Amino acid sequence: MFEEYTMSELTSIFAMQGFAGLILFSVLVLMALGLAIIFGQMGVINMAHGEFMILGAYITYLTSIVFSEHLPDLFSGYFFLAMILAFLGSFFLGAFVEWSMIRHLYKRPLDTLLATWGLSLILQQLYRTIFGAREVGVSIPDWMMGSYPITDLIEVPINGIFVMVLTLFISLGVYLIMFKSSLGKQTRAVVQNRDMAGAVGINTEKVDRYTYAIGCGIAGIAGSAFTMIGSTGPTAGQLYIVDTFLVVVFGGASNLLGTIASAFTISQAQSTLEFFLSGSMAKVLTLLTVVGILMLLPQGLFALKIRR
Amino acid sequence: MFELKDYHVAYGQSEVIKNMNFTLNPKEIVAILGRNGMGKTTLMKSLIGMIPSSKGSVTLQGKELKAMKSHERVASGLGFVPQGRMVFSTMTVQENIETGLTSTKRNSVPDDIYSMFPVLQEMRKRRGGNLSGGQQQQLAIARALASEPSVLLLDEPTEGIQPSIIKEMAKTLKQIRTQRNLSIIVSEQVLSFALDIADRIIVIEKGEIVLDTPRDAVDESKIAAYLSV
Ligand SMILES: Nc1ncnc2c1ncn2[C@@H]1O[C@H](COP(=O)(O)OP(=O)(O)OP(=O)(O)O)[C@@H](O)[C@H]1O
Ligand SMILES: [Mg+2]
Repeated sequence: MFEEYTMSELTSIFAMQGFAGLILFSVLVLMALGLAIIFGQMGVINMAHGEFMILGAYITYLTSIVFSEHLPDLFSGYFFLAMILAFLGSFFLGAFVEWSMIRHLYKRPLDTLLATWGLSLILQQLYRTIFGAREVGVSIPDWMMGSYPITDLIEVPINGIFVMVLTLFISLGVYLIMFKSSLGKQTRAVVQNRDMAGAVGINTEKVDRYTYAIGCGIAGIAGSAFTMIGSTGPTAGQLYIVDTFLVVVFGGASNLLGTIASAFTISQAQSTLEFFLSGSMAKVLTLLTVVGILMLLPQGLFALKIRR
Repeated sequence: MFELKDYHVAYGQSEVIKNMNFTLNPKEIVAILGRNGMGKTTLMKSLIGMIPSSKGSVTLQGKELKAMKSHERVASGLGFVPQGRMVFSTMTVQENIETGLTSTKRNSVPDDIYSMFPVLQEMRKRRGGNLSGGQQQQLAIARALASEPSVLLLDEPTEGIQPSIIKEMAKTLKQIRTQRNLSIIVSEQVLSFALDIADRIIVIEKGEIVLDTPRDAVDESKIAAYLSV
């Protein structure tokens, strides 16, 4: 498939497609971070994760509308506020869902799977009722549009870089929370041994609520980023949940670096292959590669080396 | 100060701890002896709230603990060192101890814990899971002490530990009792360790107390008979 291109053309194609994949990469990293935190923490596979992302996307959309109608002068900065609001919205919805539903289902993994799947349907219907079935798009402020030329063949999209930098900061923040803060220590202790964590004085229920809510909040931020590559509709989250699972499994669940590396691999493979092949062929190839690697490394890309 | 009254614990229909009554005095060390499967671990886990009790009351300084979650019991003054240590294996030694600080206002490990267990200070950056069994035991004790308990519960601390280190552990525990003014309940199968450390010895058989005697009045052969099959 590469024959008809010269070497320098190929380099630029790879570079351009790579940059084009940056937002997808960011969305996948953020989604996977949230999903992995929730799964690692509570053994809950959050089937509604895509809907938490879409909540963030709708919040971003609403923020953009409010700014363009009432605060047009400040429109160029709306995205920052939108991300924060998206986080908060999904965070509080997550905390509420944990409190009202999930905490009653711990130790019953299949039930949580069904329950969160049901939740995803409920949320989709809610979105449809509130926002309508039509997909909505946000207008991106001028300074984030366009791209920055590096060579005459290679251009870098500005919003891609912006979202990626933000994502890396958020990942760093998550890393600091998980490994440096007291909440993170408590979370990891609960992950390892819930009963024992309680017996050293950790309020495991509170830790669960925070973790679930933070995971959902990060999905909300992913939703903000998502508005730049797709249009927001009630079921748009469904398209991303499978890829996100893939990233988590491939990265070796509960490993931050693994998650980032695996999101990078998958989004880049996807984006590059899409240039040469059809979208579904690209997906098939990506999947096959992931399955192949998982057969060689069942723990995922990165696994901790300790005695168990 | 720590009191069990008509205390029962059951797994479903099968009652493992039956009608237990005893009072632990301040600064007292009580050894609970019993053969395999006699209910020592069940008793300990229920005291810390990992499994519910089915009947009776358990009070610490007059406060009823029965309905409390584990973390609330820790905040009320219980500390727990489980059978098999259960250190958090992927977390570092220091982090393991820090988890014990959750119920306190502190956020760094107090120096006296490290001076009690110098090995832990040396290895504080290593993962808990990579320590030897004896070192993990010290870590589990340090982690429990970090929550500043008034009653320390230890479940078979000598399991899988060589005799010379067992002797040292008895010394350390007695030292901890004096330094920190706490009471200790320790479950055991090793009679010599129990005699070494305890002020009072209780033998349980099928979940019931069959002997409760001060250390000084102990008839060793009688206890040995209970412990042999
Ligand atoms: N989760 C459980 N469900 C049902 N029965 C249990 C459970 N755990 C323990 N038992 C039973 O309760 C009884 C007491 O067990 P326990 O673990 O308390 O004994 P132990 O005195 O600690 O023994 P060991 O010296 O071997 O540690 C045993 O008969 C055991 O089979
Ligand atoms: Mg036991």
